[in-house]
Amino acid sequence: MDLTIGPIAFFWSAEQVRAFYQRLASTPVQRVVIGEWVCSKRLPFWQHEIPAAVEALQAAGKEVALSTLTLITLKRERRQTAGLFASDLPVEIADLGALQHLPEGAPFWVGPTVNVYNEGTLEWLAAKGARRICLPPELPLASVVQLARAGRQAGVAVEVWGHGRAPLAISGRCYHARLHDRAKDNCQFVCAEDPDGRLVETLEGQPFLTVNGVQTLSHAHMTAAPHAAALREAGISGLRLSPQQDNFDDIINIYAQILENGLPAPDALSDLRRILPGTVFAQGFLDAQPGATPCP
Amino acid sequence: MMELVCPAGTPAALRAAVDAGAHTVYCGFADETNARNFPGLNFSREEMAQGIAYAHARGAKVLIAINTFPRAGDQALWHRAVSDAAGLDADAVILADPGLIAHAAQTHPHLRLHLSVQAAAANPDAINFHARTFGIRRVVLPRVLSVEEITAINREIDIETEVFVFGGLCVMAEGRCSLSSYATGLSPNMNGVCSPASHVAYADTGGNHEARLGEFLIHRTPKGMPVPYPTLCKGCFTSPGDGSSQTGHIFEDPVSLDATRLIPALQKAGVTALKIEGRQRSRAYVAQVVRAFRAAVEAADQGAPMPEGLLARLTEGQAATTGAYAKTWR
Repeated sequence: MDLTIGPIAFFWSAEQVRAFYQRLASTPVQRVVIGEWVCSKRLPFWQHEIPAAVEALQAAGKEVALSTLTLITLKRERRQTAGLFASDLPVEIADLGALQHLPEGAPFWVGPTVNVYNEGTLEWLAAKGARRICLPPELPLASVVQLARAGRQAGVAVEVWGHGRAPLAISGRCYHARLHDRAKDNCQFVCAEDPDGRLVETLEGQPFLTVNGVQTLSHAHMTAAPHAAALREAGISGLRLSPQQDNFDDIINIYAQILENGLPAPDALSDLRRILPGTVFAQGFLDAQPGATPCP
Repeated sequence: MMELVCPAGTPAALRAAVDAGAHTVYCGFADETNARNFPGLNFSREEMAQGIAYAHARGAKVLIAINTFPRAGDQALWHRAVSDAAGLDADAVILADPGLIAHAAQTHPHLRLHLSVQAAAANPDAINFHARTFGIRRVVLPRVLSVEEITAINREIDIETEVFVFGGLCVMAEGRCSLSSYATGLSPNMNGVCSPASHVAYADTGGNHEARLGEFLIHRTPKGMPVPYPTLCKGCFTSPGDGSSQTGHIFEDPVSLDATRLIPALQKAGVTALKIEGRQRSRAYVAQVVRAFRAAVEAADQGAPMPEGLLARLTEGQAATTGAYAKTWR
């Protein structure tokens, strides 16, 4: 098993993006998916950073793929998607409709917001040219095991959500703008104020969800650390870590320790808790429990 | 005339919808293969055969929704649903999962395929991809699109479009939402349920009614006020923030969709069929809504104004919205 870094979910400045990928080049990850994953309005602010980031990552021996948006609706978003397939890099689709632009026979990757729930869909994607698939975070371990087996037979590397706030929903509506009493078309980019997303809690003050523009994420950081051994045994080929502002290098190192040195789950969890104090860690989805169920 | 596609959760509702003027009825088998997998709802194979016979005898069509995502290792249940639908002479199946669609297209090449809203095909590329790859004949559009966008989509595709006009409103792209399983472990995609009643608890505390989903408080109303059903995305929450702290319906108010007044615009946008949500609703409700909408599509067909206030009683005092069809909703 190795480590994949997913696309940045949040609206970071060009400087933050540049610094993030420069640092990432020297971390023990095998591959990086880069691109705007959530809102096309953000892209003009940082897309000029992509070529240099790709170059730095490749120079450091990382595999790099370009991500599509999760929800593609507008004409310019469709054009942008088509443009991704014109590059030399593999594309990771985050919206199934992106396949309309896939050049015949070109290999591609599949991100966690594409619905791969069963062998039939995995095999169908493999026949289309899928080489890697990151499974949806809501899948229980029993399904993951079945899909890992199907992936081996179909020659597809299967990855699971390893760490970070999990993407739970995507909408036409921008909740960040709504929280500021604005419409999406006049959002004034308020999501930039919350580089790890904005907390939504219950009326009892219980942290619940995270708003990130048109995307809704879990409040808890979903971690596969407690299941690393089971996932390895199932033949899962990688864990996906989702970029966040704080201590990301340390997070990567802990997962690298799990994979390389078999760092036991309790130690991994206590290390994570030490570097991310106050963070809620959950693992419910893999256990076929409510996703928000906290790690023990 | 635009085709009116009406819900039926029970054989009685199917007959009521047909009698009230539904051109088409959609329903599902009584198991996890459909996205309204509620206790006491849906059709056995025998009931489905009888329902289809009843509808066909009266010139109406029946669509069978098999629109959850098959569970890994258990696909046979979904494959059987598709072959039974074909064997029962359903007019089409409504599918969402690409693997299942590929299976249906291959094993039942003459079965008419509709793309479920759960497949979230939200642009012409996604729709054309499904049409080209699988021979999909109609797409149910996700409720994230404005009327202008629907018009533009219809210009770029060759298959029929169907849109929701009345009933429950998902504010998230359907088929791409795990909020319910985050709170309860059960989701529309995997289990055919959202915010399931099995995980709802009501309590009276300190002068308030509270409604919980799993361990999360979704609504709290003062005693004497009705507490709404705790559908997760319609809940009341707080988002703390410097100067922008908000408490309220962060995602959506507890509203339902009513696009009656947009029917002429949707017709002009090239929409083939109008869909009413509510397979969980009673036979009486279905009959009333269907009658009202049949009058509306007939009026639209003749270029007459939309009948006003037809459905006011049915929204049960709840606010209604035209949702994403109006661009300002976003």
